[in-house]
Amino acid sequence: MSSLKDIQRIIEGVLRGERRSVARAISLIEDGLPEAEAILSAIEPHTGRAHVVGITGATGSGKSTLIHKLVMAYRRRGRKVGVVAIDPTSPFTGGAFLGDRVRMQDLTLDGGVFIRSMATRESLGGISDAAEGAVKVLDAAGFDVILVETVGAGQLDVGIASLVHTVLLVLAPGLGDEIQAIKAGIMEIADIFVVNKADLPNADQTVADLISVLKMEDYGQGGWRPPIVRTVALTGEGVDELIEQIERHRTYMQEEGLRFTEKKVKAMLVEALRRAVISDILPLITRSAKFEGAVRMIMSGRLTVGAGADLLLAPLKRMLRGWHEEA
Amino acid sequence: MVEAGRAPSRRIRVLVAKPGLNSHDRGAKVIARALRDAGMEVIYTGLRQTPEQIVETALQEDVDVIGLSILSGAHMTLVPRVLELLREKGMEDVLVLVGGIIPEEDARKLKEMGVAEVFEPGTPTDDVVKFIREHVRRG
Repeated sequence: MSSLKDIQRIIEGVLRGERRSVARAISLIEDGLPEAEAILSAIEPHTGRAHVVGITGATGSGKSTLIHKLVMAYRRRGRKVGVVAIDPTSPFTGGAFLGDRVRMQDLTLDGGVFIRSMATRESLGGISDAAEGAVKVLDAAGFDVILVETVGAGQLDVGIASLVHTVLLVLAPGLGDEIQAIKAGIMEIADIFVVNKADLPNADQTVADLISVLKMEDYGQGGWRPPIVRTVALTGEGVDELIEQIERHRTYMQEEGLRFTEKKVKAMLVEALRRAVISDILPLITRSAKFEGAVRMIMSGRLTVGAGADLLLAPLKRMLRGWHEEA
Repeated sequence: MVEAGRAPSRRIRVLVAKPGLNSHDRGAKVIARALRDAGMEVIYTGLRQTPEQIVETALQEDVDVIGLSILSGAHMTLVPRVLELLREKGMEDVLVLVGGIIPEEDARKLKEMGVAEVFEPGTPTDDVVKFIREHVRRG
């Protein structure tokens, strides 16, 4: 626990961009300590200037290397860059191995760069709060661009989408999971597709696959169509074009007066609903006497599992149908 | 909205760093994995870290512990420099541990300078976990 004076010093430090205070503030928020509230409300008026970019993609897609090159390119443009790298907490031990800095070592001593590794801890929902807090701290501390890296695990990325302005989905040829990423419903949250390792011979195929999948999507009249950018993170090839596309997306959203595209909002809302149904609705059913009744009937073979589920859901479905007809 | 009132979820954060020029990090990785399995958050930075990089990383990541894995024999220059930089930045509350082949006499000197403990190669990882849990200075 920190005293009121300590908290005041941390707040002032954050607003001056003082690195130790930035680090401490993020920890207090991440740990969910009561002091976090005071810090967040004090810095709130000083946030909203940074452009926040989410970067997601499967392990092996070269995300960390790409982020390294992106940071360097932004630094050449004179921008200060914050990086929040999120990795999963082991559900069994509560611990985590955070290794994203390995590929960003030479950025450590650049005063215009601040890198923070975060673990998901308890819940995938919770990390959004902690990551949002970290982003606000970096924003208030004067970082112009904040890159938020996630593992490409679906749920987490959709959670992170709500706190960033532009989402990059990084794919790489030959991983075998490009289409998997698309199936997982991450595609809808992507504003820019990046095909990394574009120097590999099968990169053209990955781009072609992506084009054919995107062709089926409806982005509406004048809607944002996610571009595909080819990069070779190891050499930095394509990174300048990627930054141009990020800027183009930012300008588009500002001109349209939008915080999110329709497609992204739908994906985020569906994910939030899915989580709420599991955590709030499912227990109402499984703790009911009717659930026990259905279990008995299925045990004796008088009811199938599918029919049992339909039966238990029937009242909810009736009610929702009524609602939507009224509306 | 950020819900600052979430249940506290404090974790011990440890930086496992490998200063110096030798390029062998098996020991560092073994200990990193053991600490993770003990429920800690391990920040791993890879090989060839300078003392300046190590301390700046510890600052950004706000770690409770720095574990230095050293096999190169340069411990008497690298470790004191890390301690000096920590003092300069007011980070004396960070626990510094050293692992590696360190002569007894040097180990004694390092502990006098502020290293919390020196672990020889082959120390059971459970001992390291226990030491960290008992000595971490932040609640």
